[in-house]
Amino acid sequence: MTATVTCDYAKVQSILDGHGNDPARLISILQAVQAEYRYLPEEALAYVAEALNLPPARVYGVATFYAHFALEPKGRHVVKLCDGTACHVRGSMPILEAIRKRLGLTGEKVTTDDMAFTVETVSCLGACGLAPAVVIDEEVHGQVTPEQAVTLIEAIIEKDKEASHV
Amino acid sequence: MCNCATPGNRSNATAVQTVDLNQVKDAYTQAASVCSRRIVICAGTGCMANGAMKVFDAFHIALQEQGVRVLTAIDPDEPAQASEADEMVLHLSKSGCQGFCQMGPLVSIEPDGILYTLVRADDVADIVGETILKGALVDRLLYRDPQTRQVCRGPEEIAFYKRQTRQVLKMCGAIDPENIAEYISLGGYSAARRAYLMMSPETVCEEITESGLRGRGGGGFPTGHKWELTRVQPGPKKYVICNGDEGDPGAFMDRSVMEGAPHSVIEGMMIAARGIGADEGYIYVRMEYPLAVARVRRAVTDAEAAGILGDDLFGSGLNFRLHVMEGAGAFVCGEETALIASIEGKRGMPKPKPPFPAERGLWDKPTVINNVETLATVPIILREGAKALRGIGMPNSPGTKTFALTGHVANTGLIETPFGATLRQIVYEIGGGVLNDAGAPDPRGFKAVQIGGPSGGCLTPDHLDLTLDYDALRDVGAMVGSGGLVVMNQDTCMVSVARFFMQFTQNESCGKCVLCREGTRQMLALLDDIMEGTATEETLDLLKKLAIAVQKGSLCGLGKTAPSPVLSTLHYFRDEYEAHVRDKKCPAGQCKALADPEILADRCVGCTACARKCPVGAIQGYRKEAHVIDVAKCVKCGVCAETCKFDAIIGV
Repeated sequence: MTATVTCDYAKVQSILDGHGNDPARLISILQAVQAEYRYLPEEALAYVAEALNLPPARVYGVATFYAHFALEPKGRHVVKLCDGTACHVRGSMPILEAIRKRLGLTGEKVTTDDMAFTVETVSCLGACGLAPAVVIDEEVHGQVTPEQAVTLIEAIIEKDKEASHV
Repeated sequence: MCNCATPGNRSNATAVQTVDLNQVKDAYTQAASVCSRRIVICAGTGCMANGAMKVFDAFHIALQEQGVRVLTAIDPDEPAQASEADEMVLHLSKSGCQGFCQMGPLVSIEPDGILYTLVRADDVADIVGETILKGALVDRLLYRDPQTRQVCRGPEEIAFYKRQTRQVLKMCGAIDPENIAEYISLGGYSAARRAYLMMSPETVCEEITESGLRGRGGGGFPTGHKWELTRVQPGPKKYVICNGDEGDPGAFMDRSVMEGAPHSVIEGMMIAARGIGADEGYIYVRMEYPLAVARVRRAVTDAEAAGILGDDLFGSGLNFRLHVMEGAGAFVCGEETALIASIEGKRGMPKPKPPFPAERGLWDKPTVINNVETLATVPIILREGAKALRGIGMPNSPGTKTFALTGHVANTGLIETPFGATLRQIVYEIGGGVLNDAGAPDPRGFKAVQIGGPSGGCLTPDHLDLTLDYDALRDVGAMVGSGGLVVMNQDTCMVSVARFFMQFTQNESCGKCVLCREGTRQMLALLDDIMEGTATEETLDLLKKLAIAVQKGSLCGLGKTAPSPVLSTLHYFRDEYEAHVRDKKCPAGQCKALADPEILADRCVGCTACARKCPVGAIQGYRKEAHVIDVAKCVKCGVCAETCKFDAIIGV
């Protein structure tokens, strides 16, 4: 049940206007679009290309070049596991395995079917002093063990459940 | 008792006139003087993740409950007045990274010189009750030296700080990064003022050249020379770019400077702009650093509002406009031509050099790109003179360098030492020694220290007394790089470390050069073969040959240096590679496919726990008798070793 977002062109246009419809600011524009939809819907990319008078291939090329841009919808909660050098030598991989196992995810399948979680690795968060580090919904957790990571995930699942009951 | 009205009656309506730095300085000092003490909560990324904001809030509440008046910001435009009713007025502020991340959240109390470590919100009542009200120390929160067991009152007694020379990081961790007036009160922007009013572009470049400052981002190119090359280019339009795309995994120096002292970076850019004749600049910050992005944006806005950035700088008639751009996650954008392409809204792919950015950079205009730390060093040079920088460090590498000390070391954190400090001083004196996998001190010492990230190499215990500077490191096949130092203990597999970096560069290769794109992929495959036990000794020769080809056949720094970790581990740890390919053994016991599990008969008590946990029934044995593993059946999952309470199972 992949959620499809119908693209609101007025919103995209207001983002474009906010950046002066300047093709040089393509990256900032795509960042703003992604902030809105949590990914880059194909229609939005096409609209941006048209509006900036750029070939769609150029916009698509930029969108696929940078790791931050996602062409698939992400889950409501994004779990970023740091796999920088410091985290790696202090054991980030067992944490990743534990989280993936708990959520039934793999290296290829990164988002849960209910669109609740996306699990990804990042190369370095610069929180090396806290290695190994996990960022869940922009909150940094340092010196995490695989068990603690699973507990953090379960706390979110519980919280979501409670919220849906209210 | 108070006559602290702001001198000179500054009028807000005409704020964007030429700024009078001395006036701001006096006004700030006056406004801050109502506070008898200052409590600084470290709000660097490490401490924030450990709950520094909760500590901050707890202080606010606890102090107010005790009837202490708390100022969280010192505003020279609207100074707080102390009244008769106030028994005590305190300044409670946040700072950037104080460096000692391992012991965070950190709370320092000035002017007492006290540093409390590992502070939780629950500890705040005691700090307020004992230290603030009675002037006594809370012993349990003081740092205790793990070796001497001595309790340390503050940074002056803590080895981690005592052995450092903090110049670039001096303000970072002390001042409120969001208060421009405090930066000015400490002499901030006076160097920029001097550059614009009392120096010509030539003399600015000369002074930086004379100081011997070299780029802190990795290459070590002389900064003054770079500026001079850009200055002499014709044409009215030039750019200054600050490279804040600190992508090396294991490095966070630039992040800390941007978060802790963003105005020093802006001031450095203004001086660079004066030196080359630019009127526009960009700060390119990695998107993985949201706090740095926010602090830099705020600093730019504040500097504009104060009349420091913008038009007619200090009444010189010259302008400088600064834009902040957030990257989108591409390591290669740390390469200057790729970064320029990214600012132009394109894929961040490097271009062949020449032409160098000094001739044709952003929008084909002459451009200077400097790293964050380099730019933050520039105002210090102009304030204290070129000779001051030459006074410390090494003749060919003057000044200080910040390092991110991480990995298996007791004191992880952000440090700054003069160039020429030895590895021994950094790992043992500042870092407090090596840790084993369980986090306890490891008397065996380190196996290797990786310096310079995926572009660098490793250093071994043979290099303990090597001086760390640009040239000495290059001579042993490593590089200063941006300054990440990852300490690795004896249980680290060096092949797996090399593979880790190879995976990283292979992922980040932009794909333009065939040798980088395909070569790194093949090198990764060869490393996988080695770790899986399918490689032969010929694989090692092939790996080396390929590494040299990738070095030679790549356009930019990423590809040219991608093979460095492999070449350097092959050089220093060839025996470890050979054990993998010849004996099919991983000496560190990290490579799963090569695991060779064995039950030590003299330790096994026959409790049967391992046999019950084994998922494939590979362990046989009777109760109260030593068990054995059938290696042919074993899938090397390691569950048995985890289960065994007697450490009888080895090799997995």
